[in-house]
Amino acid sequence: MRCNRTIAAIAVAVTTGVAVAACSSGSSSTNGGTKSNSSSGSSTSTKATLTWWHNGNTQPLLGVWQNVATTFHTAHPNVSFSIDPIQSDQFANKMPVALKSNNPPDIFQQWGAGQEATQLQSGKLTNLTPLVSGWIGELGHAAAGWQVNGQQYGIPYDQHVVGFWYRKDLFTKAGITSPPATLAQLESDDAKLKAKGITPIALGGQSRWPDAFYWEYFAVRECSQSVLQQAISSVNMSAPCFSKATKDLTAFMNTGPFQQGFNAIQAQTGAGSSAGALANGKAAMELQGDWETSVVPALTTSKNIISELGWFPFPSVSGGAGDPSAVLGGGDGFSCTTGAAEPACAQFLQYISSTPVQEELVQKANIGLPANSAADAVLTNPALKAVAQAHNNAAYISEYFDIAFPTNPGQALDNAIANFFAGKGSNTTIINSVSSSSGH
Amino acid sequence: MARTESAGTAAPETTSGAAVPAATTRAPARRRGMRRRIELTVLLAPPLVLFIGFVIVPMVFAAWYSLYNWSGYGPLTDFIGVQNYRGVLTGPVFHQALTHNVIIAVLSVVIQLPVSIALALLLNRRMRGQTAMRLAVFTPYVLSEATAAVMWLLLLQPSGFVNALLNGVGLGGLVHQWLASTSLVLYMLFVVITWKYIGFGIVLLLAGLQGIPAELREAAAIDGATPWQATRRVTLPLLGPTIRIWIFLSVIGSLQLFDIVWIMTLGGPADASQTMLTYQYINGIQRTQFGYGATVSVVLFVISFVFALAYQRFALRRDTAGAVTRAVG
Repeated sequence: MRCNRTIAAIAVAVTTGVAVAACSSGSSSTNGGTKSNSSSGSSTSTKATLTWWHNGNTQPLLGVWQNVATTFHTAHPNVSFSIDPIQSDQFANKMPVALKSNNPPDIFQQWGAGQEATQLQSGKLTNLTPLVSGWIGELGHAAAGWQVNGQQYGIPYDQHVVGFWYRKDLFTKAGITSPPATLAQLESDDAKLKAKGITPIALGGQSRWPDAFYWEYFAVRECSQSVLQQAISSVNMSAPCFSKATKDLTAFMNTGPFQQGFNAIQAQTGAGSSAGALANGKAAMELQGDWETSVVPALTTSKNIISELGWFPFPSVSGGAGDPSAVLGGGDGFSCTTGAAEPACAQFLQYISSTPVQEELVQKANIGLPANSAADAVLTNPALKAVAQAHNNAAYISEYFDIAFPTNPGQALDNAIANFFAGKGSNTTIINSVSSSSGH
Repeated sequence: MARTESAGTAAPETTSGAAVPAATTRAPARRRGMRRRIELTVLLAPPLVLFIGFVIVPMVFAAWYSLYNWSGYGPLTDFIGVQNYRGVLTGPVFHQALTHNVIIAVLSVVIQLPVSIALALLLNRRMRGQTAMRLAVFTPYVLSEATAAVMWLLLLQPSGFVNALLNGVGLGGLVHQWLASTSLVLYMLFVVITWKYIGFGIVLLLAGLQGIPAELREAAAIDGATPWQATRRVTLPLLGPTIRIWIFLSVIGSLQLFDIVWIMTLGGPADASQTMLTYQYINGIQRTQFGYGATVSVVLFVISFVFALAYQRFALRRDTAGAVTRAVG
């Protein structure tokens, strides 16, 4: 019997051993490869393969990134790429695991700010500051959102601004001659649209973050820049102006500007989404990012949908302490991890920031606004030009709050605002959501 | 099988192995026993390793993570004991989510089960178009949850097919914001879940019905039982084991509800369709509170496990009696 147990134990041990060896040999060989690349140090003369996780999982961005990698490889034959296109939402699941492992991707999608600060805790993000100091100035204030404690841990490749997209034909039908500049004008335009049987504003409340845009914009209008910055850095929104934002929002919601059942409507997916409602003329406006231009064409049969849309910034709110030109926005970028071959990784990010690539992104991938404003010249759509102008003239850019805060309070805020839109909670639950986000 | 622990002793080994004649010498018997043991070991070791590696170890890790305040990045340093458990068990949203799971489970048993039994009894009869009808009720089960969820999401849009149909047939008064209403959304999800899973229940029950000999009903009929009495007194009791298994699968499925809810409502609006798993995903993954998310998993595991054990002990005991193989040695 003892003998049999021994045999059993040996068999289990051998099987386990084989399995463990199989796993560990896999990771160590990859590891070894990466390590040897990174130890190549200050020159790209040794061969290096950069694994690259980006969110361009559909055309045209997918093809543009492939092309960018190929062109860079041609110029730097020692640097090649292993590319994994991953849908945006998946990064939330994949990055914590990847950054905990010994072989995270060398370059990965980075939205900056608080989320970047959360990822920095892994100790695997490369401090790019010394590597990019020679050229980062070209990006102007766009690069600031990818800094943590003044250090550059990511580089943006595009910029986003949230504002109102509207249908020119429906505005004309309701007798609105120019887009509203103040909140009072917006509300009176809503009334004019409703009088013609047109839903004024489409809202994709199921996705939660579009709800948050409204509250955040009211906060940006009501709070001064220093109060906003203080609130973000201390993760505390007890300043009275935030409560004023809730009051503004409540008053605005009471005018009934949104379509029926907006709580169950997705923001960007399908013709039934809020973007679809705008694309198909079922609503006159939507508060969305500049990426709207890349989303709506797929949601309608109309061929000239882009030229049918206009854009205006979030209206001013009387008595607010915020600069009326300030915009809510953010952008997309990339970070390098500590295992990546340097300076190859930083050089690649520099290449992405260069004017030719930025122009290619604008022209072929419809990314919205380039991070490098030198490429603004190739923006042809008047609406996007208006967005770029608002971005460049803004006194400051306030990062979307869910990205600006660390991930947990940021998401807690989105949920609290979305609940408020669905009739659950109060100003207190919104204000407290970030500071008490350890409570659920 | 009784056996004596005599290996290695000087006394002659006895074995009661039925196939081994008493006169057989010690060596071949031992060899044969050993061969069987090696066989078992070789066959059992790989699944055991997989089970330990992919079930037991992750569970232990989850229990370990649940004791930490951990964002998923960096090492586990912030040990907070049972604070996460306190947070989960006293959290109003978790209570809401748990209540929703229980509501779905109860509705499944109270509504889905009788409907499934009735349809199974109907489809068990010989009639024209029987196969086509069986196929029709089973088809939704073949669809993936994602497909079913997207399809119903489109049908239940404010200006979707369901509302258009109601308007079209003059029932405009019944038009609702099916998924936007906090009081309706959970029940709409139950409708979708029923549509999706009723076919599975029916097929299970049909299989159970096939195992009931027709003679029993005939005998009951000869004894003067009405068809209803025969169903009530003969068929249903014999269908008992199948029904009990269906309830088990259905309750566990209700506790672990995720895909359909996530695609159709993301747990909203205002948490009105939150389930334990959507709550876990939002708090664990989206909010990168992996310690907290692990705690929700452990709580969900304990709830499911306690239910499973209690159900095995009290409801399934008769059905599984004798089915459990005794240990070999």
